[in-house]
Amino acid sequence: MSNQPVLDVRDLSVEYRTARGVVRAVDGISFSVPKGAILGLVGESGCGKTTVARSITGVLHQSARIAGGELLLHGRDLVSGPPKAWLDARWREISFVPQSAMNSLDPVYRIGNQIEEVLIHRGGKTRAAARARASTLFEMVGLNPGRLDEYPHQFSGGMRQRVAIALALALNPSLVIADEPVTALDVIVQRQILDVIRDLQRRLSLSMILVTHDISVVAYLCDQVVVMYAGRVVESGGTRDVLERPRHPYTMGLTNAFPDLESAAHDLVPIDGSPPDLSQSLAGCRFQPRCPFALPVCSSDDPQTKTAGSGTRFACHRHADSDMLRRQSRDIATWQRPQ
Amino acid sequence: MTAAQTSAHPLVAASGLTKRFAAPRSLSDMFSGHQPHVHAVDGIDLRIARGESVGLLGESGCGKTTTGRLLLKLTEPSAGSIAFDGVAIDTLKGNALTAFRKRAQLVFQNPFDALNPRFTIERVLAEPLVNTGVERASHSDKVEKALAQVRLPPLSRFEGLFPHQLSGGQLQRIVLARALVLEPDFIVADEPVSMLDVSVRAGVLNVMREVRATLGLAALYISHDLALVRYVCSTTLVMYLGKIVEQGPTADLLKTPLHPYTRALVNAVPVPRVDQSHEPLPIIGNVSDARGQPRGCRFRERCPMAVARCAEEEPPLRDCGQGRRVACHLA
Repeated sequence: MSNQPVLDVRDLSVEYRTARGVVRAVDGISFSVPKGAILGLVGESGCGKTTVARSITGVLHQSARIAGGELLLHGRDLVSGPPKAWLDARWREISFVPQSAMNSLDPVYRIGNQIEEVLIHRGGKTRAAARARASTLFEMVGLNPGRLDEYPHQFSGGMRQRVAIALALALNPSLVIADEPVTALDVIVQRQILDVIRDLQRRLSLSMILVTHDISVVAYLCDQVVVMYAGRVVESGGTRDVLERPRHPYTMGLTNAFPDLESAAHDLVPIDGSPPDLSQSLAGCRFQPRCPFALPVCSSDDPQTKTAGSGTRFACHRHADSDMLRRQSRDIATWQRPQ
Repeated sequence: MTAAQTSAHPLVAASGLTKRFAAPRSLSDMFSGHQPHVHAVDGIDLRIARGESVGLLGESGCGKTTTGRLLLKLTEPSAGSIAFDGVAIDTLKGNALTAFRKRAQLVFQNPFDALNPRFTIERVLAEPLVNTGVERASHSDKVEKALAQVRLPPLSRFEGLFPHQLSGGQLQRIVLARALVLEPDFIVADEPVSMLDVSVRAGVLNVMREVRATLGLAALYISHDLALVRYVCSTTLVMYLGKIVEQGPTADLLKTPLHPYTRALVNAVPVPRVDQSHEPLPIIGNVSDARGQPRGCRFRERCPMAVARCAEEEPPLRDCGQGRRVACHLA
């Protein structure tokens, strides 16, 4: 029982109804969040990572629906279960740290009241117990409990992000989902928030999903990483293995394109082109139009997901060549194509 | 321009540059008639040579964007002076001002907002030429040339296209091409890639490096992103609450930062590798309020090394050899 993951996402698909027809933003993705681990969900704008986060929280946009798959929380499926079970799980079992804490706090209520509201209405606490818990939560995230009676505008961006983390932890949830929790922040504040998350995760052995576009944040915090591209998982596994030995060409490209302070002398290598339009029907591997290693088969057949010896899973037709491709991918010329 | 003139002065030279904004008044201010100010930029000196690319690094609210706007005469300084190619820009008017505007251009941060959505790409790129009265016959050549410089030729591929039909990476290169179409000597790029995804960001940064090298363009890159500055700029200035606290060749500055603030910045940036330091940051608390700065060093309340002297004397920006300068009593 102890080996059971906190959350098991199985073959999840999510569709949006748009003016251009149905767009399948998430197309059959699977991964699981082990207990006490931070899983990084990484990818670029529009890859579906935020949609995945919102699906798990059960707060999809009204034009979106889960078109298939299961979300097993402690082994129970939320998708096929009664809606009330999912509602009950929110805050108590699954909580959410939004990207912009500026917009998630109500400007006309004192911050303390907003935390107490969750504790009283969702947690069934008395007002006095809620007050005490709010103070504890403030201390946990490094805020002065003396400031509980202040309003959101009196807090800086970093402090509001800490409040959002405190809120997410209010009812001791088994899974915290953080969507780009540090993206809008300055470097120093960003690092302070990352350290708060890291410290709390250790102390409370939290299970977390961290949605980010930044692979350095993944490297800093996450035990596991899931790399998404155009609505699919292209590679997933232990952070060290995936970042040091990427097996999917997209992951290779992503690590090449990332500026790095310590070895900045090397040239940054862009990935030419842009992600596919998901409202069109797509055949084959979705990265194929941008992939320097594509074969004819890549544009016709979907790649199967393979598991490497290290446990990393990846979906590439050229899975047998991944060591060779990785070497080639470090050469800039590989990625440069005639205009 | 003769060689003698070229060596005589840097392209952009600012001294004692200051910009104050009126801050909201408290009730007691209203009674006493006192008007508090925020010193967004507080007496900075800055020189940019022809063909040099300088990074201006700092956190939100440190005054870096205001500095860029001052250098382009988009806002007027409260004190201090700016000379562009040896001529003070505060008195420029009429044709001389138009000539300056052609030579000094801004590259905007958000490519999705910076282009008129009702203009075709062709019109977007020709607009600066029209506005500055460049003869119409040369427009298409100049637009074509600017597109080639940002590696998006030829113009025909954008025939009839509007900004919303292009990707973010293409748009940011169009924004850059629009700045280049007037063949400027100096550009200010304010967070030029912060809105872009990693895989396309690299392409835009490479174009910026190339443009600088091939056109000999002087540039000021305003950013909070140390990796960008490391990648594009030969010299870097670090700003904190309106002051330059450290400057020097970028590689040295980031490798061995002298100012405790620079050190904290450098340590704060996570790197895309699993083995990295998780040491606590050598900095205390949050950015102090820019209003009513007390005496002494502005960083001292957050500085883990501060001594009594830091509260009394403001450290001057002093030379420490090899092109490096730092404003710290202890460095």
